[in-house]
Order: sequence, then C-alpha cells, then structure tokens
Amino acid sequence: MPEMIGFLKPKQAVLDRRQEIVADLKDLLPKGCLISEERELKPFETDAFLAYRRLPLAVALPETTEQVAAVLKYCSRYGVPVVPRGAGTSLSGGAIPQEDAVVIGLSKMSRILDIDLFNRTATVQAGVTNLNISEAVSADGFFYAPDPSSQLACTIGGNIGMNSGGAHCLKYGVTTNNLLGVKLVLFDGTVIELGGKALDAAGYDLLGLVCGSEGQLGIVTEATVRLIAKPEGARPVLFGFASSEAAGACVADVIGAGIIPVAMEFMDKPAIEICEAFALAGYPLDVEALLIVEVEGSEAEMDAMLQRIIEVARRHGVTTIRECQSALEAALIWKGRKSAFGATGRIADYICMDGTVPLSQLSHVLRKTGEIVAGYGLRVANVFHAGDGNMHPLILYNINDPEDAARAEAAGNDILKLCVDVGGCLTGEHGVGIEKRDLMLHQYSRNDLDQQMATRAAFDPEWILNPSKVFPLEGRPAA
Amino acid sequence: MIVHFEPASEEGIASVVRSAAAERVTLAIVGGGTRAGLGNPVRTDRTLSTRRLSGIVSYNPAEMTMSALAGTPLAEVEAALRAKGQMLSFEPMDHRPIFATSGEPTIGGVFAANVSGPRRYVAGAARDNLLGVRFVNGAGDLIKAGGRVMKNVTGLDLVKLMAGSYGTLGILTEVTFKVLPIPPAAATVVVSGLNDAEAAAAMAETMAQPVEASGAAHLPESVRGRFLDGALPDGAATVLRLEGLADSVDLRVEKLTAALSRFGSVSRLDAEATRLLWAEIRDVKPYADGTRRPLWRVSVAPSAGHQLVAALRLQTGVDAFYDWQGGLVWLRMEADAEAELVRRYVGALGGGHAGLVRAGDDVRARVPAFEPQAPAVVQLTERIRARFDPARIFNPGRMAANV
Ligand SMILES: Cc1cc2nc3c(=O)[nH]c(=O)nc-3n(C[C@H](O)[C@H](O)[C@H](O)COP(=O)(O)OP(=O)(O)OC[C@H]3O[C@@H](n4cnc5c(N)ncnc54)[C@H](O)[C@@H]3O)c2cc1C
Ligand SMILES: Cc1cc2nc3c(=O)[nH]c(=O)nc-3n(C[C@H](O)[C@H](O)[C@H](O)COP(=O)(O)OP(=O)(O)OC[C@H]3O[C@@H](n4cnc5c(N)ncnc54)[C@H](O)[C@@H]3O)c2cc1C
Repeated sequence: MPEMIGFLKPKQAVLDRRQEIVADLKDLLPKGCLISEERELKPFETDAFLAYRRLPLAVALPETTEQVAAVLKYCSRYGVPVVPRGAGTSLSGGAIPQEDAVVIGLSKMSRILDIDLFNRTATVQAGVTNLNISEAVSADGFFYAPDPSSQLACTIGGNIGMNSGGAHCLKYGVTTNNLLGVKLVLFDGTVIELGGKALDAAGYDLLGLVCGSEGQLGIVTEATVRLIAKPEGARPVLFGFASSEAAGACVADVIGAGIIPVAMEFMDKPAIEICEAFALAGYPLDVEALLIVEVEGSEAEMDAMLQRIIEVARRHGVTTIRECQSALEAALIWKGRKSAFGATGRIADYICMDGTVPLSQLSHVLRKTGEIVAGYGLRVANVFHAGDGNMHPLILYNINDPEDAARAEAAGNDILKLCVDVGGCLTGEHGVGIEKRDLMLHQYSRNDLDQQMATRAAFDPEWILNPSKVFPLEGRPAA
Repeated sequence: MIVHFEPASEEGIASVVRSAAAERVTLAIVGGGTRAGLGNPVRTDRTLSTRRLSGIVSYNPAEMTMSALAGTPLAEVEAALRAKGQMLSFEPMDHRPIFATSGEPTIGGVFAANVSGPRRYVAGAARDNLLGVRFVNGAGDLIKAGGRVMKNVTGLDLVKLMAGSYGTLGILTEVTFKVLPIPPAAATVVVSGLNDAEAAAAMAETMAQPVEASGAAHLPESVRGRFLDGALPDGAATVLRLEGLADSVDLRVEKLTAALSRFGSVSRLDAEATRLLWAEIRDVKPYADGTRRPLWRVSVAPSAGHQLVAALRLQTGVDAFYDWQGGLVWLRMEADAEAELVRRYVGALGGGHAGLVRAGDDVRARVPAFEPQAPAVVQLTERIRARFDPARIFNPGRMAANV
C-alpha cells in the first residue's frame, strides 16, 4: 500500500554498522536481552497503528535502569536512534520503530517496588501494566484512577509517554494529574529523578513536561503514582437517545449544570451494535445513541446525582434509561465499552481519531463527522469519552485496499482539522505519534512548534529519541 | 533609575522584550507586585508590568473554562466566577498577609508562581487547571501552547512548563484555565487534642475512607487560637473538609465521625465557619504576623511532615502547622532560617521541597529560595532556559543562580 506518512531516511552509517552495534549491545545486556533475528524482531515492527511497519535494527529488553542507561549512552554516542516501547498499544504509531533504530522495550521491568498506603502512593517499574497497579491495592480499598481501555496490556511507561486517559478521567484527571514522580534516563545515559512522594518540587515542572512527551525527552524506568480510596459504590446507567445530536447536547447540559459524574461515555448505533455483539452487555439496540453515565458514592448519593442527570436527559428526550441491577451487569456494561476497539477490529480494519472539542461543539462535530466519512464512501462508529469532549470516530476500511486506506486517512485528517477549527485539538489522549505529525501546523504556528522543538532539543540535542514522531519532518532545527 | 514599562497589548510587550534583548538589559516581570518575596530577589535594569494587559477574554460557564489576560486582577476573575456559582478549585493563596504587601494579585502571577492552596492535594495545583497559555519568549516571539479543551496531548506540554516558571521563561500574556462549580454545601470535621503524629494517622485514615475529603490540615495548640478568632474547640485541631450536595455532606460527616472517634473528640463546623477556616489556612493566618521572621513552606510525603518538625524542635526554635494531609508544613523559625538544617532533614526524610517564602533581606540574599537541585537537573534547567530566553533578560536569578 502507498504510504502517506513518511519516516526519516535511515542513517546509512548506522545500517552499515549493524553487526557491530548488535555485538556491542549484547555486551551491555544480560543474556537473552537483545533481539536481532528478523523473525524475533517481527512482533516489534508496529504497534496498534497497524497500517505502518518498520523492522528495527535490534530490540533491547533491559532489566534495570543501569542497563537502560548503558544502552542509551551507547546509542547517543554512535548516533543510533532509539524508540522506547511499553506494550506497543499506541494508536498513533508512537512506538513504531525505524530501520536504523534500537527499540528499548521496558517489558522486563515489571516489578511493583513500593506501595505506601499511608501516603497513598505506588512506585513501580515502567513496564508494570496499568491494571496491575489497581489490582495490587484493590484489597486495601484503593485504586489508580486513569483507566485506558487497554489497561490490561498497556504499561505505566507508555501511559506517561502518551499522558493517557480513560473513562474515569472525567472526575479524576488523566495521567499527568495522577503522576507524582519518575526516574528518567536522559539521551546520554544520565539518570535523573523528578518529583516523588511530595507534591511540590523545586524548579521547572519537568515532570509535567515529560508526561505526554512520547518518548522524546528520555526513558522512564520508574514511576510514583497517586492512589485514591475506592468509592463506597459505583453504578453505570444507560441513557438511550433518538439521535446522536440529542445525546451530545445532553452531555453538554449535564456538565453545564455543574454535575460531574465519574464517567460519561458515548456510543452511536454502529458502535452499540458492534459492542453488544461482542460483549452481550445488554445495551439497547433500538436507540440511535447511548450514554453510559457512571455515578459513585453511597446508595443515597448515587440516587441523588442520578436524579439530577435524569432531569437533564428528559429535557433532551431520552428514550431509554436502564440502571444496572447487579455488579455483574455493571461489569458487562464496562466490558462492552472497554472492548469497543477490539470488537470493531473483528469486523473491519479501522483507524481511531482522537480529537477533543469544546462540549458546545459536540453535536455539530458528530454530525459533520458522519458527513465527512460518508463523503469518502466509508463507514464510521463513534465511541468516546464524551464528558471531556474527547471524540473517537472509528473509521472503518479495508487495510488491504490501498485506495480505501488512503480515503480513510484523508477522512481522518478532515475530521481532525474540523476539531481544531471549532476550538479543539488534534489529540486528547492517544498522542501525535506519526499519525497526526503532519497536521501539527494546522493547530500550531511555526513559532509555536519551534518553541516546542527547542524545548525537545534541550533534552535531546541530537534528536536520538523517537525522532520520526510528533514534529513534522520539514522545518526541524539542524542537529 | 529603573525604567518601568506597562504595555497595554501583547505586541507592546513583545516590542519591549525585543529591544531589551537587543540592548542586553534585564527585565523584572511584575504582575501585581504582591508576591515580591517569592523566589530569589532579582535586580534588573527595567521592570515590565502586566497591569494594563487586563480583562476577561472569554468565559463559558457551561464548558467550565475561562480565558483572561495575564494582568487581570485575581479578584476580578474570582468575582466573575462567583457570579456563576463557580470557582478556581486550586484555591490560590493570597500572599499579601504574610508579606504585608499591598496591591492587586494578578491571574498571570498566580499561574507563573503555580500558587495553590488546601484543595491541591486532591484536586490538583494551578498547573493542573491551566489549559492554555499565550506568552512572549525572550526573543520577543509570541507563542501559544495548549488550548481551551480539557484533554490535550498535542505536542509537548509547554503549559505545565510555564506554570511555576516565575517569569523566567516568558511573559504570560493570556491564560486559559479550568473552573469548577462551587460545592453547594460544606462542613469541617474537627478532631481535638491530637499530637502531630496522631494527627498524621487520623488524616491518613480519612484519606483511606470513601468520604472524599477536600481538605486535611492539622493546627497544633500553638496556632489553634489564631484561627476563627479562637472559636475552635480546646486543644490541637485536626480539621477535615467535606464538600458536595447537602445530604451527601451530612452522610459523609457521619461516616467520618464514626471512623475518627477512636482518635479523639469530634465536632463539626458549619458551612460559613468552614469557608472562613480554610481561607485562613490557605493564607497562613498564624504567620501573617507583620514580621519578617523566616517562613518555610515545606512539601514532603504526608508521613514525613511531623517527623521533620519533631526533629527540628530538638535543634532550634520553630513553630509549625500542617496542610495537605500533613505533607505541606508551614514552618516559622524563631530567629535564624536554619536553611542547612531544614534542607538536610527534608533530604533525610525522603526528600521534597523546602522553599524559603519569607525572610529578611540579608537572609534572602544568602539562602536560595528554592531547594537546590541535582547537578544534572540544574544543567537541564539551564539548557531549557536558554531555549526560551537565550540572553537571560527575564527575572535573572529568580529561581536559581543561573535561572
Ligand atoms: C484497544 C485499545 C484501547 C485503548 N484505549 C485507550 C484509552 O481509553 N485511553 C488512552 O489514553 N489510550 C488508549 N489506547 C492507546 C494506548 O493503549 C495508550 O497510549 C497506552 O498508554 C500505550 O501504552 P503502551 O505501554 O502500549 O505504550 P507504547 O504503545 O509501547 O508506547 C507509547 C508511547 O510512549 C513511549 N514510551 C513507552 N514506554 C516508555 C517509557 N518507559 N519511557 C518513555 N517513553 C515511553 C513510546 O515511545 C510511544 O511513543 C488504547 C489502545 C488500544 C489498542
Ligand atoms: C511597588 C513595588 C515594590 C516591590 N518590592 C519588591 C521587594 O521588596 N522585593 C522584591 O524582590 N521585589 C520587589 N518588587 C519587584 C516585583 O514585585 C517582583 O519582581 C515581583 O515578584 C513581581 O511579581 P509580583 O509580585 O508583582 O507578581 P505576582 O503577580 O505576584 O507574580 C509572582 C511571580 O510571577 C511572575 N509573573 C507575574 N506575572 C507574570 C506574567 N504575566 N508572566 C510571567 N511571569 C509573571 C513574577 O515575575 C513573579 O516571579 C517590587 C515591585 C513593585 C512594583
């Protein structure tokens, strides 16, 4: 298939030294921690942005921060690009390698180092999965709030890379709001610590800058995150509507009324059908759009908040209200929502957009999205975090049909431009990666991007770290 | 003589900066002049005030966002929000009482100094609520970062970097931030008579309960009388704030009272007393004493706060109270700032940040206001600064020797 998104041209000097580099890296790592056979490199050639693949030069799987530092030091010394990788679930191509790059995978660094319930913190290695943290403290009545749908697989290092969100971030915030500290290896192997169990640190907010930096400022090897006491109870409720616009307007009015539920998720009819077929969650099939609204607290508190939400929903002509009756039903409702992407993947190839828009624009953008995708002769399913305006149109296409793929990418670009034009942004939680890289100038001016790139260069002057990502390939500072 | 500029537009600011950069003269960035004591004292050739760059640009209560020019008085922002039943959830403190300064704090100064109050330990700091900025960098270029939506991971998060950079990276011209509804009801649960260590345990217990406390402070006997004109019950007061719908607050007060009664005698403050008490905690009422006795603001792990104070007491004269579940310690020294001692103990107790907020001029000239950082972080910081303000014209030295 013809590729619309380019990569940096591999450095010939690096490719020529491949054998030597592999041998040197083997010396720096324990046995079995360096992969260089083509067959074994295959699993690392892409992430969840499946349309693009590049076989890396080698994959290093270090077991300690010191080993990460040694590999980075070596690579920066010899100008070898490095692509950090967690579980490879990025939807924007953030973890896709390039031919001259060494992937540094954190999968072997998967230990929980410290759980401190008095101070409500967990300190973990970067390769620990998101769900592992919550599971480790669940019996004590705590959880880690950001909950990407990929939480079974994705790592905390990847979450920090993308500043990931999830359904419950409406109330509790995204990764950056729940991250207290990191151990970070800089491009030249220097190890620094930012933040910790104290809330404030001296100096610039480097922790805030590193969160969401897509592996371009350094490699996170350890993270300290904030834990929260679990609510007494939680209850998802289904609200069905006769149109997507009505559901979108309802979301805006609930928030506008000062009601902030824990989660407010949106699905349109195609998404409902896909998820229901997969999870048998009990979603109503006779509605055009569905909101999953979760309230939490004691029974009385949940009832009170729900009452206020129902009043707003009635004003928007809600057709179905279904409260779940048991923990099992609640689990199924969330299973259906959280497996939306996987379930979609069973019926078609898709690309997932991630623009965020002001809530007042939700209905408008939903309608325009439908028109744009139809204009390219494709289908779309919408399933997303509505409460914070973070939209996920899934554009369905056939990955083996080059023209179809080109149309899908073009439709995606039109949608993202629309998001920016109504006052939103290109990506709310999946990151720029390679996918939205060439749209950055639609959101930012040249000066804005230059300032970001200058900041990046303060961390990584030679652009060793994940260099094909985030910033358009043209107009970069000369290294 | 110090030349003072008060441009009334972004373009005006940019041109002052461009000529300063060309002439290599330094600029102090002044918002309201009320937080003069924050950071290291700076000596500059010129001052640039944002005072005339003032006004709310847009306010959309239904989307819970506001944009304002940087020189807009904080009071104007808060009044506009209050009129729509909303607030800044991070409760920026007013530094005027402890510094005995006058003047009008600005919204730009709040974000430039990441000024955050009691709710910070659960609801985030100013930086967590800042969605977008416009600023002029040291070359006089106008830069935008972030936007006006709640979730945004498009590119590097320069918004966080600008928050808390004390005017050393650029001059904020406009800020866009998140606001939240004012909770309709509030109450404070008071546990009386606990020592500092017991209070830390009671606060940790509170945070382990599903009651969503939005404030957890401990006011030892030495300061208790300074709050609410002495109306708090006798003995040290450990105070826990609960906010939300009225019925829900009542329920949670009951729940928390049951959970904490094993610690000491428990009483309840009503909404009005709650509002006043937390404003006084926020503004460090006991140490707004008209003196310039050294005042530290120390951020450590909640379990370390009382240990720090106990260790210091063995060595020197110190008075203290705690916010943020015990992790924010306001330390007032009797005489000497004891910087070496305070910072050594903070380091020994797991690290954190001891900031010298107030002291006499001689002490401020000698003691770095911010916790000194590791050499690799210092180098990185200097490289970043050089990428924003290569000629180092903005507030030179405010945050550290070369920053
Ligand atoms: C089915 C599905 C559902 C999803 N749902 C959500 C969702 O609800 N919300 C959401 O936000 N995202 C979601 N995602 C996207 C993805 O899961 C997140 O971006 C996740 O955080 C990536 O984690 P990872 O460990 O797979 O990282 P990777 O994909 O391996 O890497 C992500 C980025 O971080 C960098 N990186 C990885 N580890 C490190 C490290 N240790 N140090 C520095 N940089 C590093 C990489 O270079 C890359 O740029 C979903 C993805 C899928 C496939
Ligand atoms: C009458 C007067 C008396 C003064 N007395 C003293 C003194 O005794 N000691 C002293 O050290 N200084 C003094 N100064 C200098 C001045 O107060 C300091 O530079 C002060 O810290 C500037 O911030 P502020 O308190 O006005 O702003 P605040 O609005 O309180 O700002 C706090 C911090 O944010 C920065 N800042 C404010 N607005 C912006 C913005 N829009 N963009 C970027 N950064 C911003 C400031 O530089 C400062 O670091 C005085 C100034 C005046 C006008």
